[in-house]
Amino acid sequence: MSSFEPLIAVFSCHYCSYAAADLAGSSRIQYPPNIRIIKVPCTGRVSANHILKALERGADGVYVAGCLEGTCHFISGNYKAQKRVQYVKALLSEINIEPERVEMHFMSAAQGSKFAAVAAEMTDVIKELGPSPLNHSRY
Amino acid sequence: MEEILTMVEEFDRILVLGCGGCTTVCCAGGAREVETLATLIRMDRKQKGKPVETLEAVTELQCEPESVKPILEKLANQYDVVLSMACGAGVQTVAQLFPNHNALPALNTLFTGRAEEHGVWTENCLACGDCVLWRTGGICPVTRCAKSLMNGACGGASEGKCEVSKDRPCAWQEIYHALKRLDKLHYLKQEPQVKDWPVHPGKVVREDLREGEATRVD
Repeated sequence: MSSFEPLIAVFSCHYCSYAAADLAGSSRIQYPPNIRIIKVPCTGRVSANHILKALERGADGVYVAGCLEGTCHFISGNYKAQKRVQYVKALLSEINIEPERVEMHFMSAAQGSKFAAVAAEMTDVIKELGPSPLNHSRY
Repeated sequence: MEEILTMVEEFDRILVLGCGGCTTVCCAGGAREVETLATLIRMDRKQKGKPVETLEAVTELQCEPESVKPILEKLANQYDVVLSMACGAGVQTVAQLFPNHNALPALNTLFTGRAEEHGVWTENCLACGDCVLWRTGGICPVTRCAKSLMNGACGGASEGKCEVSKDRPCAWQEIYHALKRLDKLHYLKQEPQVKDWPVHPGKVVREDLREGEATRVD
């Protein structure tokens, strides 16, 4: 299992975490290559189905990275996303998939280092959990 | 969820059939929920090493045969079971139209209610067949009073809250205030209401809407 490199989908908000990823890049901050960023206009766009589909189609983990509390460009998209993440966690428990595979994170466009730290943290968590029960055939 | 997974255990081709009516409005069985449920079933079965094929469709109104029939006929032979996300009436419409198909309920139909706010629904009507809202200030004692009392409060309420649960307002206290506001308190002094409870199953026939020849009236 030591060779396990997880695949993690990140739903990234255009106004904050996507810009933070850009900043991490231009600041030459390293972060694990396990993440795949999907840019959304606001994390409020991310529905439970998007997260579930990502897991079904091969992601070992998924996280949603939205604006810091109170700073959503569309007022409350990040809170909506946070609640949906909670909802998906509950659904996953019902089919015996670890809810820790799905997480919500908040960051600002200025936090390139936080973007990298979160990516590293999620990669560690998923490595610890092992491949998604749906992906055993891949490893 | 566990109950649904057990129900569909023995089937390998499942049609998840939503309803575009009430269950869409209350976010329980519309297109979005159909997609969620179908995905969860596929994920569960993949884990168990018993992959399943799912079809997703939504009828306009599943309690209307006209909206169910064309969809099921079009998809005929592509599924082994219909997992309906409509209310009990929708499930039974499917079961009656296609007696040789398995029609399973994905939902527990709870009540006829209304949206208090987005994401909060409350029970407001029991379809009791004998509406008294005109003399209760628009507040239904049949559903909103824990005891379905018809002629006034039971005396168990305190500070406007029902003795059954503190977060439940006393319907009869609300009725009193509503009638006072509407200047209709005298309704409470009318002769006691005796409820004409309906006999199940209910049936309504409107001859003017039915097909067939008119009867001659001489």
